[in-house]
Amino acid sequence: MLLFMQLDGLMFAFTVRRITQGIFVMLVISFLCFTIQHAIGDPVRDIVGISVSAAEREALREKMGLNDPFLTQYVRFLGKAVQGDVGMSFFFKKPALKVILAKAPATLELVFVSSLIIIFASVPLGIYCAIKPRSILSRTIMGLSIVGVSIPVFLTAIMLIYIFSVELHWLPSYGRGQLVYIGGWGSGLLTLDGWKHLILPSIALSSIMLPLFIRLIRSQMMEILETEYIKFAWAKGLRKRRIWFIHAFKNTLLPVITVGGVQLGTMIAFTILTETVFQWQGLGFLFIEAVERADTTLLVAYLMVVGVIFVVVNTIVDIIYGLVNPMVRIQGSK
Amino acid sequence: MKKSLWFIIGLVIIAIIVVMTMQKKEEGEVALAGKTLKLAMDADPVSLDPHVQLSGGMLQYSHMVFDPLIRWTKTMDLEPRLATRWERIDDNTMRFFLREGVKFHSGNPFTAKDVKWTVERLKKSQDFKGLFEPFEGVNVIDDYTCDLVTKKPYSLVLNMATYIFPMDSAFYTGTDESGNPKDAIVKTGPSFALSHESGTGKYMVTKREQGVETVFEAFADYWDINSPGNVDKIVLTPIKNDATRVAALLSGDVDFIMPVPPQDYDRVANSENSQLITMSGSRIITFQLNQNRRPEFKDPKVRLAIVYAVNNEGIVETIMKGTATAAAQQAPVGFAGYKPDLKPRYDLEKAQALMKEAGYADGFTCSMIAPNNRYVNDEKISEAVVSMLAKINIKVNLKTMPKAQYWDEFDAQVADIQMIGWHPDTEDSANYSEFLVMCPNKETGYGQYNSGNYCNPKVDELVLASQTETDPDKRSAMLQEVEQILYDDAAYVPLHWQNLSWAGKKNLNIEPIVNVMNFPYFGDLVLD
Repeated sequence: MLLFMQLDGLMFAFTVRRITQGIFVMLVISFLCFTIQHAIGDPVRDIVGISVSAAEREALREKMGLNDPFLTQYVRFLGKAVQGDVGMSFFFKKPALKVILAKAPATLELVFVSSLIIIFASVPLGIYCAIKPRSILSRTIMGLSIVGVSIPVFLTAIMLIYIFSVELHWLPSYGRGQLVYIGGWGSGLLTLDGWKHLILPSIALSSIMLPLFIRLIRSQMMEILETEYIKFAWAKGLRKRRIWFIHAFKNTLLPVITVGGVQLGTMIAFTILTETVFQWQGLGFLFIEAVERADTTLLVAYLMVVGVIFVVVNTIVDIIYGLVNPMVRIQGSK
Repeated sequence: MKKSLWFIIGLVIIAIIVVMTMQKKEEGEVALAGKTLKLAMDADPVSLDPHVQLSGGMLQYSHMVFDPLIRWTKTMDLEPRLATRWERIDDNTMRFFLREGVKFHSGNPFTAKDVKWTVERLKKSQDFKGLFEPFEGVNVIDDYTCDLVTKKPYSLVLNMATYIFPMDSAFYTGTDESGNPKDAIVKTGPSFALSHESGTGKYMVTKREQGVETVFEAFADYWDINSPGNVDKIVLTPIKNDATRVAALLSGDVDFIMPVPPQDYDRVANSENSQLITMSGSRIITFQLNQNRRPEFKDPKVRLAIVYAVNNEGIVETIMKGTATAAAQQAPVGFAGYKPDLKPRYDLEKAQALMKEAGYADGFTCSMIAPNNRYVNDEKISEAVVSMLAKINIKVNLKTMPKAQYWDEFDAQVADIQMIGWHPDTEDSANYSEFLVMCPNKETGYGQYNSGNYCNPKVDELVLASQTETDPDKRSAMLQEVEQILYDDAAYVPLHWQNLSWAGKKNLNIEPIVNVMNFPYFGDLVLD
């Protein structure tokens, strides 16, 4: 009983610390965005035709509050952000947060399916390469993984489109296909058409991470196969499979989880490239377009949402890590 | 524990299969409904309100959902749409006789009061008010007759009438749920007109998810039953990436794409399933030489030397791969001011001689800016010009940037040589000069994009006179004289007119519906 209360107290301290950190991260992000937004360009240019007079543009800028001093704008932004209003997207003419939430399912589903591909391909391949390092198949896999890491995502994506859409006509070349709406969540996972559209983008997105994980699992596993307790297990006469998949693999997982958590962030960055090529209407695509249109409110909102995702993911990874390895204590405990 | 997990997974799989089979049926039903066109453009209309932005995209949309009073044909003649005929009453008045029995999508009948209402709204629109400044307004004579009145004689009354897409005044009158007027033109937030439409056009917007998909379906009571067009439904998807847009056409995922990136012209034209249509456009690409920043550019000989040094035919051939037309004047063939004998003049030796004559045989150093995502190959073109100018010893420091940053820099005139492309909203010669070469004047707004600061009173006088000249021949002579002066003065460096391009599957009759304005008339599209 006492133990539980102590844990609760620890959890509480941990949560408070994380939230404070999160708020601090948000403040830094929003401040940085505000300082650089003038370098991105003038949003007014994008919402008027080119022949509109300078006076008209000036009037619009005044109305949008873009002429106010930096601090006035920033304080106004913070005041509204506290109430959950991060501003109106200049291009979509809708609240920026709403626009982002509407596009989030696309990116989350893409990242989800890519993660599945990475997990279900890297684990068996990685283990195989560790167990049979000298076989021809292992060498081929390792060779291909080098190639995979070195080809940029957009090139992989365009190659996939040309092979499977243009030449073979097997898979669609762009977009998300038919969606089913459950609440506000437009899902492509529930239709055959949606899955067809998902295949190429998710392969393209996983092409960067997959080789990395194969190599990581292989090297970890090979190291562990050399350790004393595995040798002991062999000596005890345990079955091969038990040694490989239970004893060795479980211990391989720890560093893989850590790297996985960190790489999830990188994956979000790579969605920008993948989504642009496949006209995948998600957050990455939204971000690139917002930069081109100098839609600064949307940019600030996007970066803040991504900031939140990072904080949450890192927190979850920390918690999982603590669960998997009792030697690691949650930060905040003494 | 494990058993229940498998049970849940099993349920999910069954649910997915059920949902999928249900959708199969829906697809089958849709296929029976009529001819559908899958259209991919580089962007979708920014809103459903035709007056919120003056841009090619919004006008393309207007031609689908609304109808103008009159419109341009392929040969740049005017053809009746909602106005069946028109006649000049006096110097300031043009009378339009309107088509009877036309209905808006809401079911309201179309009458002269809608025209009056629309013109009043245009005069309030930030983007259109400049174009409609010369107009006094509309006088309603009866339900099907109205007079378009200008403040003084104006030569472009009919050009402007192609921009009057009558809106359903009854539909847009009143207030929406949040108490805002339905006809408000809002650039910064939600509004009724941004998300609702009622025009007289062939297509109604039945579904719209901005940036993802817009669905247009044929309006049952459309007036133009003589049009050969047989497309009942258009699904518009924006595909921004050039390679993906072409791939979507080649793989058969879409039926029609615009624009086609020049590097893929051959691939599209040679494919078994697709056809390519190109047409010389009216957007002129130029460099302006800033005379206020560089005293050297005040000397016409230096400007001429630069024009002689720039091999714009070479640029068209090598960089644009023949997908543009080299220019020596602002307006292309078919425009009032076009002068056929003005030809591109590349002559390096002459350029070097002119530099020597001007006293700059050793050249000088200057700066240049250009956008890198605004015009076709803009960055490569400017790099080519830099190396061409090096041959007459002008060393140019080039800086390129995305269009979101470019126009502020352009306005601030941060560099000695600046790139600008121009397409006249009025489809008329005078518009180029008004914005690009007339003396910059903050009050009148003329010369708004004249970063060269070229200023010639004779040019200003001729262009202003052309505005009120209603005799087409006299007017044409004035505008041709303007082009001649600009040519002789080397007021700016002309490069080329970009080609327009469209591509589609073989069963589409694209040729008859496209035009130099780049407003494809989808209502008239025939699918075999």
